[in-house]
Amino acid sequence: MKIAVLSGKGGAGKTLVAVNLASVAKKSTYIDCDIEEPNGHLFFKPQAVREEEVAVLIPQVNHDLCDGCRRCIDFCRYNALAYIKERLIVLAELCHSCGGCNLVCPQNALAEIERPIGKIQTGISDPVTVKTGFLNIGEASGVPIIKQLLAGLETTADSLTIIDSPPGSACNVMESVKEADYCILVAEPTIFGVHNLNLVYELVKLFNKPFGVVINKCLETENPAEKFCVENNINILARIPFDRELGLLNSNAEIAVRKKEEYREKFSALLNTVAKEVRHEAAAYSQR
Amino acid sequence: MKIAIPVENKTLEANVSTVFGRANYFLIYDTEREESVFVDNLAQSSAGGAGIKAAQTVVDQKVNALLTPRLGENAADILEAAGIKIYQAINASARKNIDAFGDGKLSLLDEVHAGFHEHGDN
Ligand code: SF4
Ligand code: SF4
Repeated sequence: MKIAVLSGKGGAGKTLVAVNLASVAKKSTYIDCDIEEPNGHLFFKPQAVREEEVAVLIPQVNHDLCDGCRRCIDFCRYNALAYIKERLIVLAELCHSCGGCNLVCPQNALAEIERPIGKIQTGISDPVTVKTGFLNIGEASGVPIIKQLLAGLETTADSLTIIDSPPGSACNVMESVKEADYCILVAEPTIFGVHNLNLVYELVKLFNKPFGVVINKCLETENPAEKFCVENNINILARIPFDRELGLLNSNAEIAVRKKEEYREKFSALLNTVAKEVRHEAAAYSQR
Repeated sequence: MKIAIPVENKTLEANVSTVFGRANYFLIYDTEREESVFVDNLAQSSAGGAGIKAAQTVVDQKVNALLTPRLGENAADILEAAGIKIYQAINASARKNIDAFGDGKLSLLDEVHAGFHEHGDN
């Protein structure tokens, strides 16, 4: 079972939910796809960390062979190539690694070389396997890192994978939810919270994913996020009350369910609710 | 010397375009001969990296300077690699900019904007 945890903006409680959900399972994998600012590992403090580099292929020019015909430039729809002062130049950050320029070059002047864009760390915080993606600063797209993070995941019914998605609704986020069986949208009970919730709500609808909402920092007062969910017929999985102790644990990068039984019970209940939803979806699907 | 100015219409009275990569045309003005040529900006409809393609067009015209109100990082790199000086255009017609440039009233563009990365189709 693969569950993606999303929010329209950072700070809504996405990492809180993802980290604690992963921690209540008997065994789980937590994957931090928030590659520009991964922070789940700060909570888990994983041990025995292995690191692998993530690279993309970009063209490299052999200037002796290149005759300046510019066919590669005309081909590249991302405009990642230019011909300046009798030399072909590659704008590495714009290249999408399609390999097309290489194919169209009549002089065989292009070869592919690896360009590192980030890394993946894998470690253990028993019983959670923690995988974290890091995108190098200044890189435009982290999609290749997210692809590699999610490649070759186990998909047995009783294995749990929690995917901590990047905030927002850009292509990084889409990549992170593609493989998920279920999406949890984390929202704050404010007008801004509703705006951000709507962003990810549109996204999961687009991908036709089953989903539910967790409302974080709930007070007794009026709750626009709750109203939004009722109006749109969205399932509210849990309401996490505004709680100083929980807030403090979280801001100290502690995993609440490892500190207090009460929180363990609450997050276990949430995980059970989600598991039921997923089974229900699977059953409904097989009957279609 | 030859200068390039992004413009919306094919006249010297046209206002300078505020978007280099997505301008309709580039005015290529020869200051010695006082001749102007307008070239289409083929980058206009590009999905991404319009600034690069526009910069390539300007470079291919073998100009010495570009007058523009603003410019993306990547385009600036290309123009610099080609040895083209970049000046800050004023919000006025192309002709006024040419005059201001001739009088030495335009300063070099010192602020370069990080590009909008478009990779939504991944
Ligand atoms: S690999 Fe594709 S995107 Fe990259 S420079 Fe070549 S044609 Fe452009
Ligand atoms: S297609 Fe090949 S030969 Fe032509 S400009 Fe590109 S690299 Fe050079």
